[in-house]
Amino acid sequence: MDFNGSDTIPGPRAEDHLPHTAQAAVKIVIVGGFGVGKTTMVGSVSEIRPLTTEETMTQAGVGVDDNYGSDTKTATTVAMDFGRISITEQLVLYLFGTPGQERFWFLWNGLFEGALGAVVLIDTRRLEVSFDVIGRLEERGVPFVVAVNSFPDGPRYPVDDLRSALDLSDEIPIIECDARRRASSRDVLMTLMRFLHSLALTGALTRRP
Amino acid sequence: MVAGPDGERADVDLVTLIVARADPPPSATPEQTATLRLCTAPLSVAELSAYLSLPFSVVTVLLTDMLTAELVQARAPIVRQALPDRSLLEAVMHGLQRL
Repeated sequence: MDFNGSDTIPGPRAEDHLPHTAQAAVKIVIVGGFGVGKTTMVGSVSEIRPLTTEETMTQAGVGVDDNYGSDTKTATTVAMDFGRISITEQLVLYLFGTPGQERFWFLWNGLFEGALGAVVLIDTRRLEVSFDVIGRLEERGVPFVVAVNSFPDGPRYPVDDLRSALDLSDEIPIIECDARRRASSRDVLMTLMRFLHSLALTGALTRRP
Repeated sequence: MVAGPDGERADVDLVTLIVARADPPPSATPEQTATLRLCTAPLSVAELSAYLSLPFSVVTVLLTDMLTAELVQARAPIVRQALPDRSLLEAVMHGLQRL
């Protein structure tokens, strides 16, 4: 990129500036497959228009992903959309919509390790893509809730059926949502926060080595 | 821009907040000048990456130099701890309820 015209780099709009009192940020990760509605959910609750951070994955990852499996390709660009919610004058919450494939996660230092928790967003039309994500989060000790994004043409399953299909233990909340709606997406985040709070009360919220 | 070895990079997170500490010195590179302009108010590394259209890893290298030169200040994120901070969780819940 040519930075000689740095005057022209678009920055945050005046109303998007954080106050100078902002001391620290926390993050929540919304993880799910392509097209499941991660960016929609981020956008419905964010106070800023969702932004995108990209990372380039070079040789090490190439050839692993059939979706990008062109022999001539030497690098893959992975994008992650995110949004922001100011909690107090001092505290800011960021929401990251993250690809479901674990091999992308290391690209962003501490993406999951430092997160308060995660929302696994699932599409009942493609339930199978969620298995890996859930397994990986469990291995990493990242607390999470499952949110089922309701698509008009998606099959509806009772929560108990979903729980057994996803092999989820009883304490993990499952909630239906409409990621397009602010109140619905907010409820998903509240479900996660209440779950984290209950884990904190029972002392179960520990980071694995 | 050439990325240095991993060991030389500052430990910045996507949500580390960056604040400018100085006006761009005459020696500042265009990237540094742009960063200082963007960070007159606190801005996360993720937002910097988005506005600069630079990958997170490149922004990390850029900030490593700028932190060393004391051009910017970094406000570290609050990460999930072994000892959970219930007051933090409650603050986030209260903030979400106001949405």
